Amino acid sequence: MRIPYLLACSTLLAAAAGVASAATITIATVNNGDMITMQKLSSKWEQQTGNTINWVVLEENVLRQRVTTDIATKGGQFDILTIGSYETPIWGKQGWLLPLNGFPASYDYNDIFKGVRDALSANGKLYAVPFYAESSFTFYRKDLFDAAGLKMPAKPTYAEIAQFADKLTDKSKEQYGICLRGKAGWGENMAFVDTLVNGFGGQWFDMKWNPELTSAPWKAAINYYVDLLHRDGPPGVTGNGFNENLALFSTGHCAMWIDATVAAGMVFDKTKSQVADKVGFTAAPHGVTEHGTGWFWSWALAVPASSKKADAAKSFLAWATSKDYVKLVGETNGWTGVPPGTRESTYDNPNYIKAAPFAATVKTAILSADITHPTKNPVPYTGIQYVAIPEFQGIGTQVGQFVAAALAGQMSVDDALAKAQAATKSTMQQAGYIQ
Amino acid sequence: MFFPIVWMFAASFKTEVEAIATPPLFLFTPTLENYREVFARADYLGFALNSVVVSLGATVAALALAIPAAFAMALYPTKRTRGTLLWMLSTKMLPPVGVLVPIYLIARETALLDTRTGLIIMFALSNLPIVVWMLFTFFKETPKDIIEASRIDGASVLQVITVVLLPLVTPGIASTALLSIILCWNEAFWSLNLSAHDAAPLTAFIASFSAPEGLFWAKLSAASTMAIAPILVLGWASQRQLVRGLTFGAVK
Repeated sequence: MRIPYLLACSTLLAAAAGVASAATITIATVNNGDMITMQKLSSKWEQQTGNTINWVVLEENVLRQRVTTDIATKGGQFDILTIGSYETPIWGKQGWLLPLNGFPASYDYNDIFKGVRDALSANGKLYAVPFYAESSFTFYRKDLFDAAGLKMPAKPTYAEIAQFADKLTDKSKEQYGICLRGKAGWGENMAFVDTLVNGFGGQWFDMKWNPELTSAPWKAAINYYVDLLHRDGPPGVTGNGFNENLALFSTGHCAMWIDATVAAGMVFDKTKSQVADKVGFTAAPHGVTEHGTGWFWSWALAVPASSKKADAAKSFLAWATSKDYVKLVGETNGWTGVPPGTRESTYDNPNYIKAAPFAATVKTAILSADITHPTKNPVPYTGIQYVAIPEFQGIGTQVGQFVAAALAGQMSVDDALAKAQAATKSTMQQAGYIQ
Repeated sequence: MFFPIVWMFAASFKTEVEAIATPPLFLFTPTLENYREVFARADYLGFALNSVVVSLGATVAALALAIPAAFAMALYPTKRTRGTLLWMLSTKMLPPVGVLVPIYLIARETALLDTRTGLIIMFALSNLPIVVWMLFTFFKETPKDIIEASRIDGASVLQVITVVLLPLVTPGIASTALLSIILCWNEAFWSLNLSAHDAAPLTAFIASFSAPEGLFWAKLSAASTMAIAPILVLGWASQRQLVRGLTFGAVK
């Protein structure tokens, strides 16, 4: 009698423990291809653990405002946040995120690119685990280059890019030499403009946090940007962000496009791109320096300190950013769809290398993007296409509006930069950076 | 005016490549793939139910508060009535983001975050100035003699409102209610910020298909078509009532 009794008791206890440990977690995330794949595959984790997930999927800027409000007020609405490499160190230092250093050995932290880990750490602790990472590089149409007898170098300069754009523009055929971001915003036009300024030898601030927006490199860079787009860009360029340029490039209207490496999978997808078999890739252009000419960004997953289900949340993070998850995506959705830019093992996988001809160029771009050394001269900040301080969202967007105004012809480049300099200086003084 | 809606409707039946094609495609083979995808990825009916409950609940709550207020100010004005009305309207001029943090904290402390009750209270209060103003205008048009006659006949204030006044201004109340429902249905700022999963209405549903990195225009069009369909049908069905209410007393 005793053995069946004990067996029954232990079964009941195990069942009770299972019920007690099952949790419902809420994940706030952005709407992009990789995250949608994660959402679809997450049922596997739910089956393994007995936990369930509520998804809150929002547009990037809405999500940023939503989770910032929640985390700053300790609202506790979310157990996992999708945040970028810009917010992670700032929020980590504030104590708003839980450190994520305690995953099992099989997680293999050292397999994650060191630059990616560093970008998501503060005070030596990892505060978010990378879901995917991206840099920027140059997309070009091999067929148009061949027809014009041009050859794209492995590391083009901005001067060469301008020459190519001039030769490949044929506005009568709606064929434009270059497509670049023109829509105002710190994550829109300024993402590209920052890398351009870095390449021209400029920087946002000197070592005492004085803005440098009226310096010679800034003026040269913005004049280059405005002149190039006026000569060889598509019409209505101030309305073009990533999506608009992706649409233009995918439908054959751009000879070159400098943007996020994550677009490679999209322009290579024959169901979404009319130029899938005609696309070439090369490094982002440089000028007087190669520092900070390709940006760095990572969408990562973090657990807010206000979460009441931190254990279940961490368990999900360990699953969704693991080597096994990469393998699961490759086997389920095809290898071009695996989250790029985070793990060494992904780039050692022959299946991925075979399916994604852009893989090696993307890896080189991500490994070259050093957020701790973003400019030609020393600077007091980290970040390539952003400055990792809380004030930058406002500053970047305001300066982006002045740059867009210069591009639209509403003011001269000198006036735009003078106004941008004054606005930035005022913000930095109010924030106490400049004494 | 109607072209963007027609174009969105057409785009919802295109593939993603067709949706971004330049020059735009007018002839194409329609596909239901976007609708299938939207249904598979999000619980449309859950979002729609939240929109219906929150819009109706907030409208009923706003009317319950606004009818007595508008009645008092229209028929028994004091020297402060005009100032009160202008002050109420001025609150609509405040950018909502300016009070986001305090309201978020209040909602957190009262456990109203991500609840339909929280959204109903927020929507009712944010639409209250407009509802009061509209009802005030309608009540002002009501002949005072009828009210006075019913008072002489012994009707209480409540009876005057419910038996005499409300039947007279039904078209006005109906058009106010419709406007309030439309405003609640389309409200995005508070619904996105105060809801997460349980109470999220259709505005959050649309936001989940918008993306700065990735072309989902056909799917976004399908989601938008599904989100506006109920309110569009309601608007069409009640067009005559709405116009009648909005022009109520205009020719006097």
